[in-house]
Amino acid sequence: MTEIIGGYFTSHVPAIGGAIAKGLQGDPYWKPFFDGFPPIQKWLNQEKPDVAVVFYNDHGLNFFLDKMPTFAVGAAHEYQSADEGWGLPVYKTFTGDPALSWHIIEALVDDEFDITTCQKMFVDHAMSIPFELAWPNVDTWPVKLVPIAINTVQHPLPSAKRCLALGRAVGRALESWDSDDKIVVMGTGGLSHQLDGARAGFINSDYDRFCLDHLVNDPEALVQDSIAGIVEKAGTQGVEILNWIAARGALGARTLTKRTENYHIPISNTAAASVVLEAV
Amino acid sequence: MSAMLVSERQPIEGTTLFDGDMAQRGYALNAMCYSFNDAENREEFRRDEEAYCRKYHLTPGQRRAVADRDVLGMIAEGGNVYYLAKLAGIWGLNVQDLGAAQTGLSVDAFKAKLLSYSE
Ligand SMILES: [Fe+2]
Repeated sequence: MTEIIGGYFTSHVPAIGGAIAKGLQGDPYWKPFFDGFPPIQKWLNQEKPDVAVVFYNDHGLNFFLDKMPTFAVGAAHEYQSADEGWGLPVYKTFTGDPALSWHIIEALVDDEFDITTCQKMFVDHAMSIPFELAWPNVDTWPVKLVPIAINTVQHPLPSAKRCLALGRAVGRALESWDSDDKIVVMGTGGLSHQLDGARAGFINSDYDRFCLDHLVNDPEALVQDSIAGIVEKAGTQGVEILNWIAARGALGARTLTKRTENYHIPISNTAAASVVLEAV
Repeated sequence: MSAMLVSERQPIEGTTLFDGDMAQRGYALNAMCYSFNDAENREEFRRDEEAYCRKYHLTPGQRRAVADRDVLGMIAEGGNVYYLAKLAGIWGLNVQDLGAAQTGLSVDAFKAKLLSYSE
């Protein structure tokens, strides 16, 4: 029987990739952030999941404005990293799990989520950096990947409520997946930050704390705001919390405990956080 | 919770929602920036910025904002920061530099502002 071990949530700020490349994990600026990860690495090394189902958003690597899917599910045999234009290394290739991808796709469409399917897609820093943080110094990623991309770029974005429902539908699909696999669900991005406009540099720790406090047992609290309301509270890119909300949804109604949480301001322009919710 | 239509939305101070209007207005500029995922295109832009902007049919307003390195201007002309960041990378600017440029702060003052949220 498929086992869902829990959820791993983290910020995916590109500068983290730069810090890893330069070996700055122990630097005073970076240490408070990287200190959040040994407990996460330990958990993953104990649990040894086979597959990661990851909710993330593309930042103009795979999707452009010519075609912008609201929800896109990867169904590829492999997913490559690529040059994003501003100096991050090209990361390791991910092995896909097309059978599980298509099972999720079938289940989602049956559930009336009219998603886009991608048999070829590049994944950007929003995928690679969370993997680098979770599994540093490996030659190949120890899990297969099912990527699920949520549009956080071009409004109208899907509502938080819809993202939670999508996640819950993915969770039901995982429940009905006939395998011996252990699955970790991931949500990447956030927390509060705004890169653009006269309000650039906006951070809202009160809202971030609210999200961190309610994620485990009251995710409904996170979906009460409109997208504009979330942007106002979290910043234009803080709206990436949608990925966390969907990932939380995929963990379903099972009992969860918060195994670890780290929150640190700032990493680059961002309030950074990492969390593990463990299924018990 | 009902959907918030564009026309009903309250403006958020200092913030542009990148919606259909902006996506239409900014298409050429964002398309140029998207091309910078490719190192050869970045090099071509560096060699002849004017010609490269013409190749992507930037509007006069977009061309002016790019020539002036005017970040708020690029956003007003429909630029989306995820794509603009690739252009900023060509100029060696990171998101703190962009933040400083948009807020009128020095880079040090902008970084200090970010740090101040941790208190
Ligand atoms: Fe992001």
